[in-house]
Amino acid sequence: MGVDTALLSQVEGFMYPNEVELQWSVLIVLYPFITGLVAGAFILASLERVFKVEEVRPTYRLSLLTALAFLLVAPLPLQLHLGHPERSFEMYLTPHTTSAMAMFGFVYLWYLMVVLIVEIWLDYRRDIVLQARSQTGVLQWVYRAMALGSDNISPRSLAIDDRVGRFITIVGIPSAFLLHGYVGFIFGSVKANPWWSTPLMPVVFLFSAMVSGIALVLLLYMLVSWVRRTAIDMRCLDTVARYLFYAFVIDFSLEMLDLVHRIYVADESFKSLDFMVKTRLFGSQILLQIIIGTLLPLALLALTQLARLSDRARKGLYATAGVLTMVGIFAMRWNVVIGGQLFSKSFLGYTVYKMDFATREGLLPAILLMVLPFVILAVLIRLLPPWPESAAHRESA
Amino acid sequence: MVTDRREFLIGGGRVLLIASAAASGALKYVLAGAAEQAPGYVLDDHWWAMTIDIDRCIGCGNCVRACKAENDVPREPFFFRTWVERYHLPEGDVDRPVVDSPDGGFDGFKELYRPGDGSKNFYVPKLCNHCAHSPCVQVCPVGATFDSPDGVVLVDKTYCLGCRYCVQACPYGCRFIDPRTRTVDKCTFCYHRITKGLTTACCEVCPTDARVLGDLKNPSDRIHAFLREHTIHVLKPQMATGAKVYYADLDGSVR
Repeated sequence: MGVDTALLSQVEGFMYPNEVELQWSVLIVLYPFITGLVAGAFILASLERVFKVEEVRPTYRLSLLTALAFLLVAPLPLQLHLGHPERSFEMYLTPHTTSAMAMFGFVYLWYLMVVLIVEIWLDYRRDIVLQARSQTGVLQWVYRAMALGSDNISPRSLAIDDRVGRFITIVGIPSAFLLHGYVGFIFGSVKANPWWSTPLMPVVFLFSAMVSGIALVLLLYMLVSWVRRTAIDMRCLDTVARYLFYAFVIDFSLEMLDLVHRIYVADESFKSLDFMVKTRLFGSQILLQIIIGTLLPLALLALTQLARLSDRARKGLYATAGVLTMVGIFAMRWNVVIGGQLFSKSFLGYTVYKMDFATREGLLPAILLMVLPFVILAVLIRLLPPWPESAAHRESA
Repeated sequence: MVTDRREFLIGGGRVLLIASAAASGALKYVLAGAAEQAPGYVLDDHWWAMTIDIDRCIGCGNCVRACKAENDVPREPFFFRTWVERYHLPEGDVDRPVVDSPDGGFDGFKELYRPGDGSKNFYVPKLCNHCAHSPCVQVCPVGATFDSPDGVVLVDKTYCLGCRYCVQACPYGCRFIDPRTRTVDKCTFCYHRITKGLTTACCEVCPTDARVLGDLKNPSDRIHAFLREHTIHVLKPQMATGAKVYYADLDGSVR
């Protein structure tokens, strides 16, 4: 961050001098947003696998690939933000055991290498082996590499795949909870910051993660169906939307609980935070997050639950609610990360966040980082088509 | 392709053996993180702290200037190892103090409030509290920020990732990222001076002895008498950080 003394003129009241410039930029907003999408998409996938919600099967593989695409990007905003990214490997070599942040690498690796990749590999192994046999040229080598030397797709070995895959998914659910609950803990455990410091933070992060991940897969499912000109399985879409609604109700209740508690307890930080929400955070918190990004999609989803609507109308409502939900959850991440730095820890003043554009932590890299997972997802979908017709083996298994 | 169990175990065993040999080789570097050492200076013989007498501070800004010069702190107004705040309480309203710290008090303060106008006014010098239970040390992901055995919180700049988690964790706003090194920086109690028997730069230049470095492990240090004879307060005691900058006659409005 460059030194911008003009910032001082926008400070209202008193900030400790070192507080005027924000420490965590829009990139750190992306971090919980992206990991939330990963955790949410994975939990949606496990609905089918572990909890036998058969209706959502058409989204199973898509959810897993979505989770992987976003998980691969998750550390990039952090790396870009670090003053010394070349030293980040030290977190693996000499982790400081009392630091919540030090655990990120391990939680991440566990989730990526043990849960997600293994589950996807087991689920796709038959397809990969078949492709390795039938493809030619470079693609054959790609599939051979992905097969990791395995070639046995006898019914018995596929049954083992399925059993192990189920076990991995069961391990995966607490891991997904861990991944995102942990991200919430990074903020929730900072006692110096009353905007962050609440034991509800990991739980709120978890449920908002489920909300955003489910909404994303819902939108992606509609999008890929439209692109492929295949019919949308309405039973699947209705079920996904219903789970979105449930998760959203819990998420919203938790956030309101936090809000009501803050208002009622009104501790030393309350006046300062209350003023901030009503002024500098009004647009992003009250308007975007709560009204447009939460109450409106909740109302739309409730409508689809209560009224008998045509398929076309439901699709329209789901798509609208999905987009609004993504906006709302992004706004929530923004309000947590940026909002938590706009007020002084002296509770006597406020600063502003100035987002650059084409700098290392500016808007441009943030946009690119949000586009990147979709590019990765497109490649993954090409290599490992998630369509139901290619998952026929699951029916036979 | 079939790998038999025996082959697998042998292969796995080899990998484990090599990995643990590499880990034990690295251990001595891990353990080597000792604080800066000066000849004749025994870490365990000291426990550093500072006293600040609010009634003596005249807001001249000498300490801020000396600190920036001594420690090569960037001159811009967002980077301070120490700074001075001016508190103004109209009608003694403890809830709503008016606070300012223009350029951290580097150039002192222009007179705004006149004696006898019914308000209470005083200066509060601030710096790292060298907490015994520092939240910043707790959160550092690689241990680049650490407690020295003599009670000083230090930063290993060759190890700091620049993740800024410690900046967020400090309740007092004492840390900043040095834009030149992209690592965190903060007050070290002038560690390079105190390990050679000198006092800190800020205490050295304080014209009224408002701030004085003290060694709690030295029984003849005047800090013991000072703590005994004054009403002592630390900043934000509710944070339970074990702050070691002790303020005499600190007003309840200070945060």
